[in-house]
Amino acid sequence: MTPFTTLTAIAAPIDEPNVDTNQLCPTRFNKVPRGPAYARVLFHDRRFNADGSEKEHLLNVAPFNRAQIIVADRNWGSGSSRESAVYALYEFGIRCVIASSFGDIHANNCYKNGLLPVVLSDDECASMRKLLREHPGSTISVDLAAQTVMDPAGKAHRFEIHPVRKKCLLEGLDDIARTIQYRNELDAFEAAYQAERPWLYA
Amino acid sequence: MPLTLFEKIWNRHVVVEEEGELLLHVDRAFFHEGSSHAFAKLEQQGRTIARPKQVFAFNDHYVPTTGRDKGVNGIVNGEIRNMVIQLQTNAERHGITLFGIDDPRQGILHIVPPEQGITQPGLLICGADSHTSTHGAFGTLAFGIGASDMMHVMATQTIWQRAQKTLRIRVDGTLGFGVSPKDVILAIIAKIGVAGGTGHVIEYAGSTFRNMSMEGRMTVCNMSIEAGARAGMIAPDETTYAYMHGRPYAPKGAQWDAAMALWKRLPSDDGARFDREVTMNAADIAPMVTWGTNPEQGGPITGVVPNPRDLRDEITAQETASAIEYQGLTPGMALADIQVDKVFIGSCTNARIEDVRAVAEVAKLGRAVIPAWVVPGSQLVKRQAEQEGLDKILIAANFEWREPGCSLCTAINGDQLQPGERCASTSNRNFKGRQGTGGRTHLVSPAMAAAAALKGRLTDVRELMRGS
Ligand code: SF4
Repeated sequence: MTPFTTLTAIAAPIDEPNVDTNQLCPTRFNKVPRGPAYARVLFHDRRFNADGSEKEHLLNVAPFNRAQIIVADRNWGSGSSRESAVYALYEFGIRCVIASSFGDIHANNCYKNGLLPVVLSDDECASMRKLLREHPGSTISVDLAAQTVMDPAGKAHRFEIHPVRKKCLLEGLDDIARTIQYRNELDAFEAAYQAERPWLYA
Repeated sequence: MPLTLFEKIWNRHVVVEEEGELLLHVDRAFFHEGSSHAFAKLEQQGRTIARPKQVFAFNDHYVPTTGRDKGVNGIVNGEIRNMVIQLQTNAERHGITLFGIDDPRQGILHIVPPEQGITQPGLLICGADSHTSTHGAFGTLAFGIGASDMMHVMATQTIWQRAQKTLRIRVDGTLGFGVSPKDVILAIIAKIGVAGGTGHVIEYAGSTFRNMSMEGRMTVCNMSIEAGARAGMIAPDETTYAYMHGRPYAPKGAQWDAAMALWKRLPSDDGARFDREVTMNAADIAPMVTWGTNPEQGGPITGVVPNPRDLRDEITAQETASAIEYQGLTPGMALADIQVDKVFIGSCTNARIEDVRAVAEVAKLGRAVIPAWVVPGSQLVKRQAEQEGLDKILIAANFEWREPGCSLCTAINGDQLQPGERCASTSNRNFKGRQGTGGRTHLVSPAMAAAAALKGRLTDVRELMRGS
């Protein structure tokens, strides 16, 4: 996993609440192998016509087509557990989504792919989106170690993150690397557990 | 200290704790053709499956529900054929048990494991599908996870989790005539809402669940996710043990006795504390139907489509209006006046033998006047139904008897609604476009679906049955 430390990038405002994972990645793209093709999958049905031509959409036009940050509304990424929704964001170039709340499993899937979900208040998100609309192409800076987001007006906003998630992102450490550190505990657990329930291993 | 069923299972699976996150041992992992991302990640990182015998694969989401006699070669869609072949290859390479397209035990990943005795009380099960909660019917902690977590489970047979809250839903009393377990869970969701269980694991308790068959309990636990919970569970009892005894993967002989000794300690202790409690009365539950585009937007079949103007909360009013518009309904119209174009009886919610029996009971009373599909949940269900002659009853009543799979529940195998088509469905999600772009879904019980097939509109199955 690529570590996430600091990021200064163009941010795109998305005003709509409850953007579900089916919007981020429509079901029929679920089976596409992970790779650059996912860049077009993001918001596909809103960004492209059936013949592949572009529709009018914020993310299709400069400077937002180069955005690495999205500032959203509440309940971003609700619905199905599909991780392909994160692949779509990631391949498009998004590394951080700022919203006032996230779908549970989606936020978890973001962490696991080196993408930082930041929770700020409704008001903070709304005022940031306003700034971004008024000054298209302005940047936001994220500093994970300091747990701050600097908005386009230069104001710093602090956010909370679980210490384990923070460490994994900063070091690019995936969960497997973390788990394997506990090899001895795992072996001891399994030996006792298997002795208790041998029929599960027959 | 008195403990809940959930706490007992959870505690037994903790390997280590790190800053508020727990590493839990996973007993079983389930996935399907659509889970290719987890395999791709695994191979990309050059990892292998830690405990291949604990991992089970299923062909269900993408398989066609007709023309199955030719197996894989009978799949017309090349992309889908490749997915099925790829899962076969992956399973062979990693030494995983596959319930493949031509296996006589094939079926939906939440229907086959209980049939085979793979699902057992006290286990922790992860599945690459949100309806993994179904297995909770056996007193099992079971939940769905994304591809990265699934890869972690494959590579280590463990998962990192944070503590969950507990919610006990008590329903007591006898269900009325024509009222089924599906109506119970739809009534629960209508009451607590689609976010009512968020952050919680639900335990269903009370005499209504005690008196339910395993099939009924699975229907209830299946839709825990529609109530916002990742898992739902019911304590194991004699009904559970009787169902499991003699199944291929169930323990045998002395091991059965040892297992029973563990299982009997699982039910929540008297005085165990839950973070939240909800109580309902079985006698208050009527046959249910959803009118909207999320599972809480429903009510008894005797009711009407709500009027957004009567709703005080502005957001609810907006959501109601938008659902009614998408569904092409009029505020105030009787639910029993809604004409339907199609009926789907199937899915991991309602495609077990009891569901097929309930449908056949109703089908005896007439003929389907609209296309009505019955898609059994597994080959075992299909064969059992055929032994009982249920397929003949259904076919005689103009129902279509198909091959097992997810089919019209999620509409990715080629079975789908046309834009604007309206379906009475025994599945679990009525989201916009779930059964095909522009399709409209009304969630109902199997008996209610059969009644809709006979009448061509949403129908109170109680009237139909009393009239006979
Ligand atoms: S039947 Fe529907 S809900 Fe169940 S596993 Fe298949 S697609 Fe998922």
